[in-house]
Amino acid sequence: MTTVAAPPRRPRAAQPSRRNRLRSGDAPVAWLFLLPALAGFVIFYLVPTVRGFWISLTDWNLLSDPEFVGLDNYREMLQDDKFWNALRITAEYVVINIGSQTVLALAIAVLMDRLTRSVLVRALIVVPWLVPNVTVAVVTLFMLDRNVGFVNHVLDLFGLDPQAFYGNSDQAIPTIALVNTWRNMGYTALLFFAGIQMIPRSLYEAAAIDGAGEWTLFRRVTLPLLRPVMVLVLVVSIIGSFQIFDTVAVTTKGGPADATRVIYYYIYQKAFNEFHMGYAAAMAVALFLILIVLTLAQMRMLRAADSDLR
Amino acid sequence: MNRKLGALLALAVTLTACGTTNEPTGDSGQAAEKVTLTYSLWDPNQLPAYQECANAFTASTGIQVKITQQGWEDYWNGLTTSLVSGTAPDVITNHVAYYPELAANNQLLDIQPYVDKDKVDLSQYTGDLASLWVKDGKRYGLPQDWDTIALVYNVKDITDAGVDPAGLDDLTWNPADGGTFGALVRKLTVDENGKRGDEPGFDKTKVKIYGWGLEQGGGVVGQTQWSWMPLSMGFQYLDKNPFGTDYKLDDPRLAQALTWWQDQMKAGYVMPREEAGKLGLEPMMQTNKAALVPDGSWRINTWAQSTQQKFAFAPLPQGPEGRKTIINGLAPSITAGTKHPDQAWEWVKFLGSSACQDLVAKKAVVFPAIKTAAATALEAHKSKGVDVSAFTEIAANPANLAYYPITGSANEINTNAQAVIDEIQEFKVVPADALKQLDERVASILK
Repeated sequence: MTTVAAPPRRPRAAQPSRRNRLRSGDAPVAWLFLLPALAGFVIFYLVPTVRGFWISLTDWNLLSDPEFVGLDNYREMLQDDKFWNALRITAEYVVINIGSQTVLALAIAVLMDRLTRSVLVRALIVVPWLVPNVTVAVVTLFMLDRNVGFVNHVLDLFGLDPQAFYGNSDQAIPTIALVNTWRNMGYTALLFFAGIQMIPRSLYEAAAIDGAGEWTLFRRVTLPLLRPVMVLVLVVSIIGSFQIFDTVAVTTKGGPADATRVIYYYIYQKAFNEFHMGYAAAMAVALFLILIVLTLAQMRMLRAADSDLR
Repeated sequence: MNRKLGALLALAVTLTACGTTNEPTGDSGQAAEKVTLTYSLWDPNQLPAYQECANAFTASTGIQVKITQQGWEDYWNGLTTSLVSGTAPDVITNHVAYYPELAANNQLLDIQPYVDKDKVDLSQYTGDLASLWVKDGKRYGLPQDWDTIALVYNVKDITDAGVDPAGLDDLTWNPADGGTFGALVRKLTVDENGKRGDEPGFDKTKVKIYGWGLEQGGGVVGQTQWSWMPLSMGFQYLDKNPFGTDYKLDDPRLAQALTWWQDQMKAGYVMPREEAGKLGLEPMMQTNKAALVPDGSWRINTWAQSTQQKFAFAPLPQGPEGRKTIINGLAPSITAGTKHPDQAWEWVKFLGSSACQDLVAKKAVVFPAIKTAAATALEAHKSKGVDVSAFTEIAANPANLAYYPITGSANEINTNAQAVIDEIQEFKVVPADALKQLDERVASILK
């Protein structure tokens, strides 16, 4: 998160010249301090990533030695309906999840800003985010059950037909997306709320004097000036959203009828249920590339947006 | 305040430090002298029975057995990773759907030399169970139990429908009109106005009790769900079993059977898959949302000991080609990485002997593989007032038995098949077309 937040631009003169390097005596100490972070990065990120690329070029079932197969896994992947289906479902999930989450979080943030600054409200709003994903999944699995679920009981009170939610192949992905929206929107709202606090109050006052109503204030002042924060939040939450796994693993396990076999779950199944490590790694590499492209696109938007307030 | 906190923290740190340094020294000294085998299983209901076996085994040999239990999914996911990391149990409870791949990857010990040396009598086991564990001339397990399928019904629902329970022993079925089984399912279905499925005015959108329950899952085999229907028409899963290379999923008999099944769902006699919910078969039957369901003998006690409803068992219906059940059994396998292969064999031999299987039989949990022990189990059930002959009589005639289909890549095949079964249950596909496509996909997996 901190890496994508662009620092406010400083006047040129204040920036230290590139040639002004560390005095050589300081270097060993600097390396010493960098070592723990560097070791962590190398051991837990760099090595597995490189190894992942290598595994994706092999046929390996964990138990026998990997066999080099070149690009076979990638060729197979491109012809695999289930892979494309997984990508399509994941995209559907991301659109529903990010779309609803962003709109709702924005609404909550603006309401908090305009109506109450109460710390209690702010605290309450992030409570769902404090509940672990798996717990949310288990609780909603019971609440949304077709026969014994509380939600269907409520629907029944209003004379509505009971719904299967997780158990229906058309409803399952929207259900998972909205459950996670519920969990994350408070946290996202808090980020937006913090962003709104950075907008100078004088702008609102000036606009109000000019006769702007709440809606105009939101559209003409809040929304444009919040853009840098919003893009940052979007970058982070879209990456997170693509990695949907736990809710699926707990509630639907990819079913019914493949309707929730999102890409992460498919990778997991291939790797740890069917033990096609090579094929799973190839899909992971594909996902990695997709996320890089998405992130680069969004970073470009971020840079374009960072001059708005100044 | 701050100082107190600091002191507490310091205390906590010292305590945890002590905890970690002190613990391991406790029992490692003893373990080095005596052999302790680890044995894993997934069914918590069977744990007490096998713990008794382990106690008897330790008493006679001095070899300790530590039993670990994990749920079905965790069990299999954890097994492979533990094999890779070298922490696998010495002896595992194995399933025919999983052992071929483990054997192909040289993770299981061939016990044929031990069987020859100790002259284990393989004819003491029910049917062909022993031969299921032979692949390429190597043997990977001794049968420990077997299971078959029968109908479980809610006694009150049957009497309410005016059906004589004795008549349930001679049900018939065919894919054209469903035979007397089809008629029974219609009769057992009741809507909210009290109209039965075979009465005019029956409202299939407001069913209170479904005549036929639905267990989700089942994959390519549909062991409890639907296997008995196509099998009773002469359908066979594979070109040869075990280790066939061609799944016969495009067999028209399979499509006919599953089409009839789908028709019953459309007509409102089978609990819809949506309504079956995610919570499983047990709540469905316990809350009497369904009157009858085919189920496996491993769950006899779940139904027999129910306090909410009274359940009883009836044999599977007779199909066009007779009565057919899948028979399957578990066996203990020795992992190739064990440090104590000889002791592990002693334990496997004990599990496969009547000394252990008689103990298991008395617990009346599963049917032990040894014929005489199975008879003991039947008696044990009878003494509890439970008639389980619906599961045992069918097993007495080899013509009734279809062995669980055994191939490699079972997991991948099941995942693909399950998606199709789901779609059939959601009326999104025509069974014949979907099964044909599935047949091609499975063929490419097995290639």
